[in-house]
This record gives sequence, structure tokens and C-alpha cells, in this order.
Amino acid sequence: MSEVPRFWRESRHRYRLVGTRCGKCDTLYFPPRVICPSCRRESVGAMREEEMSGEGEIYSFTVVHDGLEQFKMQVPYVIALIRMKEGPFVTGQIVDCSPGEVKIGTKVSATLRKVRTEGKEGIIQYGYKFTITH
Amino acid sequence: MRDVYILGVGTTKFGELWDSSLRELASEAGLKAIMDAGIYAEDVDALYGANTSGGQFVDQEQIAALIADYSGITELNIPSIRIEAGSASGGAALMQAYLAVKSGQYNTVVVGGVEKMTDVPSEVANEIIGGSLDAEWETFFGATECSIAALIARRHEYEGSAKRENYAVFPVISHKHASMNETSHFRNAIKIEDVINASPVAEPLTVFDNAPISDGASALVISSDQKKIRESPNPIRIKSSSAANDFLSLHDRKKIDQFKAVAKSTKDALRLANLDLGKIDAFELHDSYSIATLIQVEEIFGKQGVRMTEGNDFYYNSSSPLNVSGGLKAHGNPLGTSGLYQAVEATLQLRGKAGERQVKDPRNFLIHNMGGLGTTSVSTIIGVD
Amino acid sequence: MSSIVSYGSYIPRYRIKAEEIAKEWGENPENIKSGLFIYSKSVPGPDEDVLTISAEAAKNTLKRSDVDRKKIGAIYVGSESHPYAVKPTSSILVEALGLSYDIHSADYEFACKAGTAAVQNVMAMVDSGQIENGIAIGADTSQGAPGDALEYSASAGGTAILIGRNGFADFNATLSFTTDTPDFWRREGEKYPSHGGRFTGEPAYFKHVLTGAKKMMERQKTKPGDYDYAVFHQPNGKFPTRAAKMLGFKDEQVKDGLLTPYIGNTYSSSMIIGLSAILDKAESGDRILAVAFGSGAGSDVFDITVNDRIKTFRRERAKGVMEQVNNPIWIDYATYVKFRGKIIMRGA
Repeated sequence: MSEVPRFWRESRHRYRLVGTRCGKCDTLYFPPRVICPSCRRESVGAMREEEMSGEGEIYSFTVVHDGLEQFKMQVPYVIALIRMKEGPFVTGQIVDCSPGEVKIGTKVSATLRKVRTEGKEGIIQYGYKFTITH
Repeated sequence: MRDVYILGVGTTKFGELWDSSLRELASEAGLKAIMDAGIYAEDVDALYGANTSGGQFVDQEQIAALIADYSGITELNIPSIRIEAGSASGGAALMQAYLAVKSGQYNTVVVGGVEKMTDVPSEVANEIIGGSLDAEWETFFGATECSIAALIARRHEYEGSAKRENYAVFPVISHKHASMNETSHFRNAIKIEDVINASPVAEPLTVFDNAPISDGASALVISSDQKKIRESPNPIRIKSSSAANDFLSLHDRKKIDQFKAVAKSTKDALRLANLDLGKIDAFELHDSYSIATLIQVEEIFGKQGVRMTEGNDFYYNSSSPLNVSGGLKAHGNPLGTSGLYQAVEATLQLRGKAGERQVKDPRNFLIHNMGGLGTTSVSTIIGVD
Repeated sequence: MSSIVSYGSYIPRYRIKAEEIAKEWGENPENIKSGLFIYSKSVPGPDEDVLTISAEAAKNTLKRSDVDRKKIGAIYVGSESHPYAVKPTSSILVEALGLSYDIHSADYEFACKAGTAAVQNVMAMVDSGQIENGIAIGADTSQGAPGDALEYSASAGGTAILIGRNGFADFNATLSFTTDTPDFWRREGEKYPSHGGRFTGEPAYFKHVLTGAKKMMERQKTKPGDYDYAVFHQPNGKFPTRAAKMLGFKDEQVKDGLLTPYIGNTYSSSMIIGLSAILDKAESGDRILAVAFGSGAGSDVFDITVNDRIKTFRRERAKGVMEQVNNPIWIDYATYVKFRGKIIMRGA
């Protein structure tokens, strides 16, 4: 079953970490939001898209052994919560490293990777992952 | 406002129930609850059904209608509504049923929960369980629910708030209690080393930190009908039920190792029941993951909660009995059913009919059912007058 | 006159040694190392493809330049391993790099010189005044059939070049030489390419590389001694070394652009990643002869001179080629076959 529109709609956010900044309280949100959870109705119409740098550090992480079917080829893989330089936290995979290199506080940078594919014939869903900053 | 009582409870065994279908499990639990209450279908004004993911596990939506149909009550045209709130579906359905009766709209209601999880392979079940996370910003990128629990555990340890043993102990407690409960999924006792050294699922969590994939159904009959309450040999009162929510995803919370919704729903439930924590004799908490139990304990007991994990306080025969049913970890975790089995256990205990694992003379139980990891919280206080 | 405004490369960190592959097929690794002049090659991670490699190479290029992303007028990607048979890599890059939607874009294919074909087209558009500047990319994640000689060389990498006016390196001239020579091919729908064995040498690689280089030197009235650097398409370490010698170039002129011995043949990026390594150290006044070859067959030749603007060019904003070459994660043959999709997974 193809889910092209659902994926396509989020492309810029997943390719380039485009979040939204509240024009009222100036807080940057990622994933993007239509309403600021602090300013609520005051923020309606005041949310502006903003691209993040992709730089951040690991706030927490885990090595996943029993992973999702789409990620079976990559087990064990690292899932981390990353605190971005601009403030928001992002959930993502850390790649191109051995799990032993990953620590809380490790600096990471966003990289564009294949995240999922809709089988052999369907579309390739690209998005951000992170690599350790060397 | 009217008082609401539990007149009857029923449950199936929990576990890998290969011979039973979703509809069979649901009607078995419902029928047992009705018979336990000593009432007939004609006495039922409404049915609330809890189910988390039947659409994915067995391709079935409209589950409340199916349950009513196969419980043989459809000719009475009783309203039957499904409640979904992730793995807090059971608690949420109990709360809605309680409010419906308390409001006076209905006198007597059956509230039941069912989940049939083992008709799909365990990998598929794990994907479906991940449906409680944010599909676009967590699951899409490879996060499983257990991996999110692991992020909490890692950070909690890093901040020095707890050690591995402080949460590895909860599966041990649950297995001990489950060994004394004949409807349990698992009845074997385990040691803390077994938890820590088992196969990792998402480090630091192992298979023993995770509640299992189980089939099962539980149901209760609740009522404000004065005549029925008088005739009931052992009516147990629902003293309050309260819910609260937090951000769906960990990445949107200011502190990832706090469950603010748990603190709020519990505080509200105590206030509505006009009780303080000291009056609660036993607790059924949502131990889907060992670390989640610890965070709930911390939200309810404060910092002293961590110290309590180091002694025997949480066993059935001690000061703060916890998950005397065997919990989700060992009694089993058929998602949408979990909150209702917690209420069944509290009722059996308050009736003094819990057998070998009976808590001594309990007067009030606090049960807490949770959707995701602290996203949806439903706290219910059940006690004797 | 069009010039190089910025450039950047990306090499996947995973590498496999010739020994690892040789061991699996009962070959003597010393024969590979001395015969093909290949010690190791890059391997794309299981989540990397031509799009992701192109995106990283282009991001490195954009980091080194202050050109407004929204003013880039064209993006062309040359590859023989585009992720889709139908659906352009270049349009995904427009979104991934945050470029303007008012942009020319297309995917190119000409075996290993698809990337330089893209370079020539962007040059022409800049020279004609149609665009201010544009990006040309050569990237590949090529496959060699298990046990085939290509398995030692077929690797992954990409290079992007931002071409415009007033860059730090001027294109003095470019030319191409093309004939119908079936030395290497892959039929539609086939996973692995086929090749003509020794036919890939003299009538294909050498004929086109040597002819192209000679025609350029005739046109520019130059001799090998006039160039500080020369870089050639490098299917292995041996061919470009021999071609250089036959043309009269010395080792010092070619060694900085010779990367295949360490990272394998990156196909559409093969010559330009060598050029990228040269630009990492070139100084004002340096002259470079760059010769790409694509099977099928043809050569694209460039005569380039570095100018004074190199002094203010911000190379350090992105990782250079050698820095990436020297940051490997070594893998064994089992991991290699897993990453390259050579084992059959359920549902795959």
C-alpha cells in the first residue's frame, strides 16, 4: 500500500529539519507545529518555518536489538534523543559508528539517509539521521 | 451525586490463548462479570468496550458492537461504545462508564476490555504497540516503544536519580505475585539478575523489563441502582476516577524522566475521593516497562519511592503492596484490557477473595493505567465504604 | 568564462580491504594489489545511495561558499546508479538542499563520465548567460557481481562542483571525444554490470583517455610539463598510472589525484573526486589537466587554472577528500554483502 502523500507532505521537515518558530514567544519547535503549546490561540498565524543547522548533542540513547521490520538490516541500531543547537529535541538514529562510541553529550550532525522504503517497488523515504561529529 | 459500585467482575486467563478469538474472549469476561453481579442482560443500560488496536491485530473495528452482538444482547439494542486511549483504553473506559453512571444517565453499565494480540507474529505485534508513539516523528525513524522507555531509563540513571536495580526489581515483584494468581500469563518466580542479564531489547532494557504480548479480556458491572447494591453480597465502591495527559512524544517534554500526567491524575483522584496517600493500602501501577513503573512510583511517592525499591515494601504482605495481581509484566498485558484487570484485582482484594496473594484488610486501592509512556494517565480509586 | 566557485566530496566511511574480498574467492590478495593497484574500497552504508551521497557532497560544496542557495540556477546529477530508474535524483536534491524551485534540473547517464557531462552542461549555461551559477554532481554506488574483478573496485562516493563566474579556478577549455565502443554495460533491470574483459583496456579506456588528452594539449598548445597536476578516470590504480606515463606525465603530477587504490572506483565521481583532492591543496597559478572516461565510450577533458581567489576560498568549512579517506570504518566480507543487499532478506 502506497503512502506517498503522507510522506511527501513532510519532505522539507525530514530532509532539512525545518521546524516552526512562534512569532509570539520566539520558541522554535521541531517537529513543526501549527499552534504554539505555550501561546496557544495567540500564536495562530504567527508560526514561521525555520531550518535548523543539524548540529546537536546526545541527550539520551539506546541500542535497539529488537527493532522494527524496516530496520532489521541495521540491528543493533542506535536511537537517540538529540538536543539540537537551536533548542528542540529530535528523536533519530545515530549511524556510521559502533554503539560503544555513543555517549550522553556526544556531539552529532544531521545527515540525509534512506529511512524506509515502500518495498522493492515503492518509493524511498529519505530523512535525517545523525553521525558523530569528528 | 450518586455513588457508583462494582457489583460484578469477570476475567479470562491471560496469555497465549491459541484457541480463543477476540469475540470469544470478550463475551467470556462479560458473561462472568454479569453472573458474578447476579444480574441479567435486561438490567444493563449500556456497554463500554476498551480495545487498543483490534483494527491492526485482527482487522476488526466497531469492536463494542461485535462484543454486544456475540454476548447475545443485541436484540435489546443496548448502546455499545468503544473507548480507545492507547494502552490506557481500559482505564479510560472504566472512567467513562463511571461518569455515565454517576451522572444518572445510566443505572447499570458493563465495561469490558479485550485485546487479541497473538494472532500476528511478535514482530508485527511490536510494530502495532509502537502505534502509541508519534508515527511521523518517532516510529518513522525506527523508534520502538521499548526504545523510548530505554531513553528514559538511560537519562534517569545518568542524572543519578536511580540505579539499574531500582527498576529491575519491579519485574521480580510482579512475577512473585503472578505466581500466586491462577489467571496469570507467567507463574514463574525470577531474580533481579535474571532481569539485568536477559537478552537486550533496547539497552539497558532486556526482555524481562518488558511486559509480554498477551491475549485476554476482563469486565466489570458497575451500578448506582440502590436495590442491586443492597442485594449485592459485596459491593465495592469506585471512589473517584481522573485522567490527565502529557505530550505524545518524549522529545516535546521538558523533562523526559518525569510523568507529569501521572502526578496530576493521581492527585486529582485522591482529592475527588477525599483521601490522602496514606489512606491507600495497595497500588496497581502500569508496569509495561520496569522503568515506567519506577517513574510512576516516584511521581506518587516522591523521592522516597526510589528507596522503597531497595526493601520489601512493595510485596503483597508488606507496607505498600504493588501490583499484587502480577502486574502487566507477569499477569499479562493485553493492551486495552490492562486497566480493567487492575480494577478486577482491586475488587477481588477488597472483597478479601484474592487467595494466596491477599493483601491484609485493604480499604482502598489506587489503580493507574497509562497510554504510551506517561502520555495518557487514568487514576482510579476503588475501596470499601 | 565559467569557473569553479566551490566544490565538495563525500565518501562513505565504510571500507573493505582487497584481502577480505580475495580471501572469499581464493585469490591471492598480492595479485590484486599489484595487478589492479587497489588496496581497499569504500562501501555505502545500508541507508546510503546516490541521492544521499550527492546531498552530502553538495552540502559540503555549499558550506564552502557564500552563494545564496536560492540563486542557484541549475542542478544536474550524473550517475549510473540513480536510486530510481524513473524519478529524478536531481528533483529530490532541490528539496534536500533547499534550493529555489525555479531551477533547471536533470539526471545524466554516461557510465563513469556522467558527472563531467553535467559539469560541461553547467559550464555552457553559465557561459551563455542563461544562469548565474549551477551545481554539477557525479556520484555512484556501483555494484560488481560477487567474484568478478569489479568487486575489488566498484565503490561509492560523490563530488559536487558549483560552477559560475569569478570562481577560484578557471575552465580554460573543455572538449569531448566519443565513439561507439561497447566495453562495459548494464542492461535495463539487471543488478550487475557486464564488461568486455581485456577489451575495456586498449580500445576503450586508453584510446579515449589518450586521444582526449592529446587533443586538448594540441588545442591549448600545451605539453605535460605545463601542468602542475593531471587527473584521469581511475577504474583501478593501474590504468591511470599507465595512461599518465604514456602521455608523458610524471608521478608527482598525478599522485594527489589518484584515489582509487584507497577508496576504489567511485564511477561518476572517479575523476572529479581526484580533482577535488587536488583542489584541496592547489595554489594560485596551478594548472590542472583533468580527463574523465565513460564506457560506451567517451572522454571529457578539462584544462583548468587556479587563480588568486583561492586565497580567500574557505576550504576548511567542510571536510576535504583526504580527511575523509583517512577516516574509515573497516568491515568484513559478511558485513559487506549484508550492506550491499547481496543476501536475501524477507520481504526485500
